[in-house]
Amino acid sequence: MRLKLKIWRQQSRSAAGKFVSYPMDDANPDMSMLECLDVLNERLIEAGEDPVAFEHDCREGICGSCGFMINGVAHGPLPATTVCQLTLRHFKEGQELVLEPWRARAFPLIKDLVVDRRSFDRIISSGGYVSVSTGSAPDGNAILVSKESADRAMDAAACIGCGACVAACPNASAALFTGAKIAHLGILPQGKPERDVRALRMVAQMNAEGFGGCTNIGECTGVCPKEIPLEVIAAMNRDYIRGSWRERDNLVTTIRPFTEWSTGSKLKVDRATE
Amino acid sequence: MELNSRIPSGPIERLWDETRFNMKLVNPANKRRHSLIVVGSGLAGASAAATLGELGYNVKCFCFQDSPRRAHSIAAQGGINAAKNYQNDGDSIYRLFYDTVKGGDFRAREANVYRLAQISVSIIDQCVAQGVPFAREYGGTLTNRSFGGAQVSRTFYARGQTGQQLLLGAYQALERQVQAGSVAMYPRTEMLDLIVIDGRARGIVTRNLVTGEIDTHLGDAVILGTGGYGNVFYLSTNAKGSNVTASWRAHKRGALFANPCFTQIHPTCIPVSGDYQSKLTLMSESLRNDGRIWVPKQKGDTRPPDRIPESERDYYLERRYPSFGNLVPRDVASRNAKYACDEGRGVGETGLGVYLDFADSIRRLGRKTIEERYGNLFDMYERITGEDPYAVPMRIYPAIHYTMGGLWVDYHLMSSIPGLFVIGEANFSDHGANRLGASALMQGLSDGYFIVPYTVGDYLASNKLEKISESQSEVGNAVALVEQMTQKLLAIDGKRTVDSFHRQLGKIVWDYCGMSRTAGGLRLAIEQIRELREEFWNNLRVPGSAADFNQSLEKAGRVADFFELAELMCVDALERNESCGGHFREEYQTAEGEAQRDDDNYSYVAAWEYRGYGSPEELVKELLEFQYVHPSQRSYK
Ligand SMILES: Cc1cc2nc3c(=O)[nH]c(=O)nc-3n(C[C@H](O)[C@H](O)[C@H](O)COP(=O)(O)OP(=O)(O)OC[C@H]3O[C@@H](n4cnc5c(N)ncnc54)[C@H](O)[C@@H]3O)c2cc1C
Ligand code: SF4
Ligand code: FES
Repeated sequence: MRLKLKIWRQQSRSAAGKFVSYPMDDANPDMSMLECLDVLNERLIEAGEDPVAFEHDCREGICGSCGFMINGVAHGPLPATTVCQLTLRHFKEGQELVLEPWRARAFPLIKDLVVDRRSFDRIISSGGYVSVSTGSAPDGNAILVSKESADRAMDAAACIGCGACVAACPNASAALFTGAKIAHLGILPQGKPERDVRALRMVAQMNAEGFGGCTNIGECTGVCPKEIPLEVIAAMNRDYIRGSWRERDNLVTTIRPFTEWSTGSKLKVDRATE
Repeated sequence: MELNSRIPSGPIERLWDETRFNMKLVNPANKRRHSLIVVGSGLAGASAAATLGELGYNVKCFCFQDSPRRAHSIAAQGGINAAKNYQNDGDSIYRLFYDTVKGGDFRAREANVYRLAQISVSIIDQCVAQGVPFAREYGGTLTNRSFGGAQVSRTFYARGQTGQQLLLGAYQALERQVQAGSVAMYPRTEMLDLIVIDGRARGIVTRNLVTGEIDTHLGDAVILGTGGYGNVFYLSTNAKGSNVTASWRAHKRGALFANPCFTQIHPTCIPVSGDYQSKLTLMSESLRNDGRIWVPKQKGDTRPPDRIPESERDYYLERRYPSFGNLVPRDVASRNAKYACDEGRGVGETGLGVYLDFADSIRRLGRKTIEERYGNLFDMYERITGEDPYAVPMRIYPAIHYTMGGLWVDYHLMSSIPGLFVIGEANFSDHGANRLGASALMQGLSDGYFIVPYTVGDYLASNKLEKISESQSEVGNAVALVEQMTQKLLAIDGKRTVDSFHRQLGKIVWDYCGMSRTAGGLRLAIEQIRELREEFWNNLRVPGSAADFNQSLEKAGRVADFFELAELMCVDALERNESCGGHFREEYQTAEGEAQRDDDNYSYVAAWEYRGYGSPEELVKELLEFQYVHPSQRSYK
């Protein structure tokens, strides 16, 4: 099949970027979107040009590495599908596909379609865990968890951290991602003791990273490859409000975002107090 | 070189306890002063880094992805074994131990496997406490299923995303230590060499994959949890980035590489559809519980499956193995699919596929039941192939899935270089010649949470480590070597891309060192690999520069190492004149076509020592002894 790819090319964060068109006259409908880029890249290299940088690893829709906008939609037109699992048969003969990186202040661009999503790690680092050190766990069946809670926790825990929700949101909010972790751990008895501070810290870090606020538009859940439901944002807001009251005497610290990659500056973790 | 596996003597159930009791402990106040380097953030690496951080060591952790959460472990679907016996169906530590030694076709160490079975129980407890949402019964207890032909239900799972949930648990524990300041995380940073000073592993050389900066990190011990090498086959079920570079470069610095030819093929993957294919997708083997495998009886029969009458179909597994039928072990199922296709009876456009048919089950159990059991998998299949498996039989073909071989380690998980520890799929330790389903996750977490944190401590407390500095010649030499190699790759400026070489290399290894092997084929493969390697170093084209985000350069370095590993795999397969587990030499089979072991001559671990580029590696044998589980011939008739 024939396709026309129009791809955002940008050498580095400081360089200027532009769209470049590449005809694909012999694409195979069974190829995935990423395999189509592989084929393009082989040709570019053979022609002495720089291949298109894009992120990928598992190519099974689970690692969360891949992702870009296709014609303005994060991960493209197929619901619940990452670009690595999106096959070309879902496009029309001769269609033009415009590929762009996630665009958000908290995801600085690295090259072409690759962005820096370390802000997500810092949100998790701020409180997205149960504080249980190795060796201190009771027997697995000592704490009963109803099947319903386990299932709901699993629904939220399915997030792959791809960032599509941020890219799709007009406010570039990370509420769906953050809410998914807060809901996953908040539903389970294991996560209950830290529920208040977890929500406070994670929301504070999310704000410190420069993600926008949530205004309940719902674009995020529409593009989410794991169909994380909007209710996780409600859970986040509830825990945050409850936490703000109960923990009102405690200071919350955040890590100052760092966007440089050089080894020297990366280690310095700056803490700010909210 | 002499190998000392440091397996203590005594009754097997007391070995790990006694080993721990005899270990020297690091004074808590001193832990902070020890810097440890953990390479890898998969189940093994993340669990080790988190636990060492909790203990108070000063840890640096590295991965090449943009976040530790994306390590290849994330893709594991099926589940994790543990001898909890929650189902009261007769499981025990001893039974899990027994099954694993037997499943490994008697090429694993009993002591290691026993310890793994013992620790399995604590892993589940730890993961549950972290909030891993394992599947539950209505009463709130943990659910189990039987997996990979096991006769007891000992597999714990979180939907079809067990690896993801376990890894997120370990990742969150790791991020908690990042917050606490005890672990510094270096994503998008690739280890390119090991620094060995006075015979001990003391650091690594890395490349920052965004800026291209080459850096060194020094420490008191280095722990590799860098995963398996299945991508030497190019097409595999592994993540695209999985590679052997960290292990291989450590091998070149003196760490022995054990049993490289022990690789595992998984029978139920979606077949290749064209030249552009970049990876193979695994579908859970649970599908074989209700699907029937067949090919047309006639060669070159191109009729659509529904036009082939029952009498012209060959349900070859049911025919050859009446008692196990479609549930024979992975290697047997895979090999038989290959034979059917070699005979020209394969299906699909490429002829490399067999049918996995659910029509009978749907008739018997109803579509709803099948949907409940396999809905996710059927959806995934349809998404990739565009075919509806409820209406048309699935097409499947085997693919490389796991590598049992890896860096040689002793009972303490230390390699033959003191101070270099190897955990997870990167080591060779526990699965012998064949790994049982749901055991890799168990082993990765056992190594990372519960073994290496102790054994590293013992190493630090028992050895006096000299002060070292960046200005030592060993450090400078290692950096120079990395820089030279990078420049060399960029300077070739030939015509072919890295992927084109990788694909061709993979095909050689798949054809001659894959599901079944012969002496002649292996010799031919070695020749072809050498020729292609020669061309690689003369005709490769890597665009861009070293001081840049350069994905072609990353791949080039990894493929260069795969070339050397591929040769060693063939050498190892050629040396092992027997068939066992995943290693099937056509010359060594029983009259019924089953693998024939030669315990008198090959009951050993083959550990290979690097002797310089282009020189043959030297074989060092570690003899295996079986005191508890006595070697027997497998039979699935
Ligand atoms: C599709 C699939 C399904 C599976 N399902 C199951 C299952 O159901 N049950 C089961 O028990 N097992 C399963 N397995 C096997 C299991 O997933 C793996 O064996 C296991 O996860 C390996 O974990 P690991 O921590 O050793 O390595 P990995 O998870 O591969 O992690 C390797 C880490 O090392 C890093 N790394 C590698 N090289 C370098 C370098 N040079 N520099 C810096 N960092 C580096 C990577 O970034 C990564 O963080 C499955 C495997 C596959 C492919
Ligand atoms: S919530 Fe959905 S879209 Fe957002 S990071 Fe998670 S998986 Fe991706
Ligand atoms: S590459 Fe892993 S989710 Fe797409």
